[in-house]
Formats: sequence, structure tokens, C-alpha cells
Amino acid sequence: MNTVLEIKNLHARVDGKPILKGIDLTIPAGEVHAIMGPNGSGKSTLAYVLTGRDGYEVTEGEVLYKGRDLLALAPEERAGEGLFLAFQYPVEIPGVPNTTFLKEALNAQRKYRGEDPLDAMEFVKLMRRKTQELGVSDDLMKRQINVGFSGGEKKRNEVLQMAILEPILAVLDETDSGLDIDALKIVAEGVNALRAPDRSALIITHYQRLLEYIVPDRVHVLAHGRIARSGGKELAEELERTGYASFTEAAA
Amino acid sequence: MAISTETVQKVQDLGEQTYKYGFVTDIESETAPKGLSEDIVRFISAKKDEPEWLLEWRLKAYRRWLEMPEPQWAKVTFPPIDYQDAYYYSAPKSTDGPKSLDEIDPELLRTYEKLGIPLKEQEMLAGVEVAVDAVFDSVSVATTFKGKLEKQGIIFCPISEAIQSHPDLVRKYLGSVVPPGDNKHSCLNSAVFTDGSFVYIPKGVRCPMELSTYFRINAANTGQFERTLLIADAGSYVSYLEGCTAPMRDENQLHAAVVELIALDDAEIKYSTVQNWYPGDKNGKGGIYNFVTKRGACRGRNSKISWTQVETGSAITWKYPSCILQGDNSVGEFYSVAITNNYQQADTGTKMIHLGKNTRSRIVSKGISAGHAQQTYRGLVRISAKAQGARNHTQCDSLLIGDRCGAHTVPYIESKNRSAIVEHEATTSKISEDQLFYCRQRGLSEEDAVALVVNGFCREVLQQLPMEFAVEAQKLVSISLEGSVG
Repeated sequence: MNTVLEIKNLHARVDGKPILKGIDLTIPAGEVHAIMGPNGSGKSTLAYVLTGRDGYEVTEGEVLYKGRDLLALAPEERAGEGLFLAFQYPVEIPGVPNTTFLKEALNAQRKYRGEDPLDAMEFVKLMRRKTQELGVSDDLMKRQINVGFSGGEKKRNEVLQMAILEPILAVLDETDSGLDIDALKIVAEGVNALRAPDRSALIITHYQRLLEYIVPDRVHVLAHGRIARSGGKELAEELERTGYASFTEAAA
Repeated sequence: MAISTETVQKVQDLGEQTYKYGFVTDIESETAPKGLSEDIVRFISAKKDEPEWLLEWRLKAYRRWLEMPEPQWAKVTFPPIDYQDAYYYSAPKSTDGPKSLDEIDPELLRTYEKLGIPLKEQEMLAGVEVAVDAVFDSVSVATTFKGKLEKQGIIFCPISEAIQSHPDLVRKYLGSVVPPGDNKHSCLNSAVFTDGSFVYIPKGVRCPMELSTYFRINAANTGQFERTLLIADAGSYVSYLEGCTAPMRDENQLHAAVVELIALDDAEIKYSTVQNWYPGDKNGKGGIYNFVTKRGACRGRNSKISWTQVETGSAITWKYPSCILQGDNSVGEFYSVAITNNYQQADTGTKMIHLGKNTRSRIVSKGISAGHAQQTYRGLVRISAKAQGARNHTQCDSLLIGDRCGAHTVPYIESKNRSAIVEHEATTSKISEDQLFYCRQRGLSEEDAVALVVNGFCREVLQQLPMEFAVEAQKLVSISLEGSVG
């Protein structure tokens, strides 16, 4: 199996308003693809359609994930199949410790895949190993999910979760927004550590900066709900110089 | 962001929670004639072989009850109770004083086994021993670990037994915290109470194990009027837990209990309740009326009484576990999780009465309302003129699930002393779509996501429960919302 994600002519709307107007995208296993584009182009919409959020309606087209119809699966099933979304604005869940949440999530996914659950001891070991590898403090795990976390801490928490859940396809929704260079490096290290021949990543970003640390195999420009252009990593550098103006002027 | 209609519908479709305690035990019972009268009161007293003073006490209460009007002020509605249409005494026939567990009707033991109550004297998990008094309908069935406790001078037995073996103690304290005339339901209880637990912890003794009582109403149309009296003498400590279930029946059953706690100098009482009475079906038919008067008197200096409750059942819950902070430096605490669902109603809260100097009270109330349920938090913080240096902190949070339920807050603050500091914080929220999606995207099903978020919401209260029961309470919270969230 060489293709992790295949999007064909995807049309989607939110609150009745068409946002995605025919997306075609293929991500082979082992590759990191970047999606860049101006505000309102539909980047986050794409992320939510892939992960199955309520309110995002697919009106045409199909999405094949590991050869299967992704859109037929519930959000938690997609997660069990190895799809992970690093949220742009991770939500707070008061009263629930990070550790508890992750252990339950991991075991729910393992159950879906027919694997045995990890007991408390095994999970703590896994958690300690990952936090060490990432250079993130243990402390983060004991706190309540995202409660009182700074922007940087929230993003680091997303990457930590990703490290523990080990997804096949990680979608990062503007993970670099609001991060300083050090935090950016940690995030990049986390993503790079997961790179493997059978894993892929889809990085949604505004700026070229993150792509210096997570070097993409392909870069796509999303404008007016369609992929306007694709290229290698040089495309990102070009966009940095010229901006999105030429894309926003083009008719939808 | 509010929960989407699709989520609401999906959860509704999950079906009504199966109340797994809804079975009936087929057993022979001895029942008084139906209805309520002086004769019935005498019948009960005679059945229990009570001394004259207690019969008089009951009769006085009964006569008073006849004159009292029905209280109408709570935010709960129910058809008028026909007090004549019920049995006030029902006891399983074989329990004329079992000497050992072997003598107890095996059918009864099977019921308790089904409910998961350890009637047998065995070491429990992790070497923690829990002494259990089981009350089946009107009669205390067995009390485990009695022997062990007796060695330390701790009395833990049915109140009917305590009346025989320690009449002076009972007479001294019975009705001293909740006098019969306090309210209509406690008045009725004083007249017709049949059993309950009696606990006495001697001076300086720290009770070595959790004391626990389990109540079950089995017979149809029987009310449960248990009376619990717990005394912690100077310098003592006790942690007590009560649990409750009842079978599913069409008609409503009345549960009007009275619990009196007395803490003397430097004593501490921790009283926890996990209530899962049958809540009625999803259309609001049937279910227990849980009208309870619970009050703790912090009589001594530096005494402390802490109430923790997890209320998930009953068609209607009407109770205000309270603390009277008489002793200087005394502390009162109230931690509550109340879940109402389908057509359940609850008007619950607490009263903290500050009388002594430098008294402190803490209130943490977490209310979760779902379906068509209505829930009200009603709290009173009263600082008397002489209560110098009083402190209160109240945190009252409501969580609404779906858009057809209601949560209301009625706080009363009465302060007659300038040095008092009273703080009240309240929040009302809904489970957000964002939170649910976050959990689902990580692999949790919608049901598990709701349970997780709700448990997080209740965490501060659940942490107060004795460890052994905290886990069960968490499960109960999840179960109460299973398929009933809507």
C-alpha cells in the first residue's frame, strides 16, 4: 500500500456555504505535504472534513484513506485507523488530567484495532519515554487538558499526544501559529521523529518558517477552495517572496 | 458553541439506561395493614419492642404531623401524596434477630450479592475492610465486623438494636439535631421510622475502617423511613458511607429519612452518600421521592463535619444536608454532585449556620441536568450576630446537556456580623461541541467523551469520596448519562 491519502474532486460546504470546490490531492506513504494559502481559502475546512467534524458537509467527491472510504467512518473510527489532527485552537477540558485522557484515548484506539489495552504502569512508562524524547516536562501530563496552558504549551501538548498515539497520517492545522522559535523547533522535532516509510503528514500553514524545520516533499497552494498550484519545497520559498496576491486575484 | 441537534438526537437514540438494580426479590414479608394511624405507630413500636418513652415520642410526633401543612416552597412538582395508600412496615419474615449470617434467608443474601454488597466477613481489596449494615425494607439485616469494632468501644448497629442496648445514649441525642417538629417529613419519620444505623465513636478513637450502610426498598408501596444517629465523641474520627437502590415500579415510593450527626470537641465526621434510587422511566412515570432531612451539629470546639453526596437517582430529590457550626473554630463542608435526567427533579443544597467564633464553611455543588430534568441548588449561609470571624466559600456550577432541561440557583446569604467573609461563585455551562469533537478525534466514542467531560466537571467532589467508592461513583456518573443524555 503506497498511498495513504487520496482526495478526488472534493466539494464541501459549511453552514450551506461552499468552501471546498474540487480538491484533488494524493499523499503517498512516507511523505510530508504542505498546504499553504491565504485566509479563507479553506485550509482548516479541509482538515475538519478529513477528521469528520459535525457541520462540515461533503457535497461531492470522495476521500480514500489507506484505500478505504474515509467519509463513511465516524471521527473516532478515523482516529482508530491512525488519523490525527493537531488542532489550531486546542480546547480546554477542565477536571480531566492529560494522562487520564491520553490513556483512555490510546486504549480506545487499541481496542478498535483489536490490540490489548495498556495498563496504568505500561502507559506511564510510555508517557515518560515520549516526554523525554520530546524534551517536554513531565509536568504537562499531570495538568488538566490545556487548562491554563500558554499557546506554546498547547501546541506542544498536541505534538506530545501525537507522539503517544503514533498516527499513520498526521494533519497539523496551523501548528506554528503563535509559536516562538524554540517552541517551533520542539514541534518540528516531534513531527520529524515520526517520519517513517509508512507514515505521512499534512502540514497546513500560512508561513514558510515551519517548513524550514519540517522539510516537505510537496507543497500545494490552496486558494478559493481549490489547489491552485503544486511544487517542491522551493514553492514555499517563492511564496515567501511573492506572497499570495497572484492567487487571490485569480477567479474562483 | 452549543451541542448540535444531531449529537443530541444520536445520544437520545442510544436508548434508556437499563436500571440494573430494578429487580425484585421474591421473599415472604410481614407487613402492617395499609395506611397511617395511631394504631400503626403503636404497631411499629410494639414490633420493635420499644420502651414507653419512645412510643410516646412517636405518638407526639404523629399528632404534630397531623396538624402540619404540606411544604410547598420547593421548585419541585408532584401530585399530592396519599399517605393512606402505603404500608409503613414491611420486614422480611425470617429476620427475628439472626445470630449469624447462616441464619439469614439465602434469597436475601443473594439480593445483596447481586447488588455487590459484601455481607460476608472477608478481607476486601487492598486489605481495606469495610463494615456494612444492610437494611432491607424496614429491617437491618446484618452488620459485619461488629466484633472487631466492639473491641475499640465503637458501637455500629441498627438503631432498633441500640434502643435496646444503649437506651440512654439514644435518648440523649435522638431528635436533638432534627427535632420532630422541624418539618413535615422529618415529623412523619419520627412517628414511623423503623430502622437505620446507630454509630457511637468513643473519646479519642479513630475508627479504623469505613462504616457503610446499604438501603434497599423492595416491597411495593412501602415507604422507607430510616433514622440514622451518629455521635463522634471528643477527639474521635469516623468516615461513613451510605448507598441506596430500589426496584423499578410504576408507583412512586416515599423515602423520608432523617440523619442526625453530632461532633463533639476536636471530633470529625465524614459522611458520604451515593444515591441511586430508581429515578422513574424515561417518561417520568414512577420513581422514588427522596425527601430527606440531614443535619450535623458541630457542637464541640474545633469539630468538623463534611457531607459528600452523589445523587443520581430518585424521581424527586429534596434534601439539604446541613451543618450547625456551634463550636468555636468548627468547620462544615458540603460537596455535591447531582445528576438529573429524563423527568427527574431535584431541589437540593445545604445550610451552613455559623454560630460560634471563627467558624468556616465550604460548599462545592456540581449539578448536571439533562433530558427534561429540572434541578435547583438552594443554599443558605447564615452568619449569626455573635459569629465573629466567620468564613464561607461557595462554588456552585451547573452543566446543561441538551436544550430541554433546566438548572436554577437560589442562594440565600444572611449575615449579621460585620467581620464575616462570604464568597459565592457560580457558573453555568453546556458541554461544548468543541470538547466532544476533540475527544472523538482522539479515538473516544461520543458516549465516552460525554462521560469524560462530566467526570472532569465533577472531579473536585468525587475526590472527596473514600477511595474505595470514588471509582464506583465515577462509573455511576457515566451510567447515569448513558443513553439518558439528550
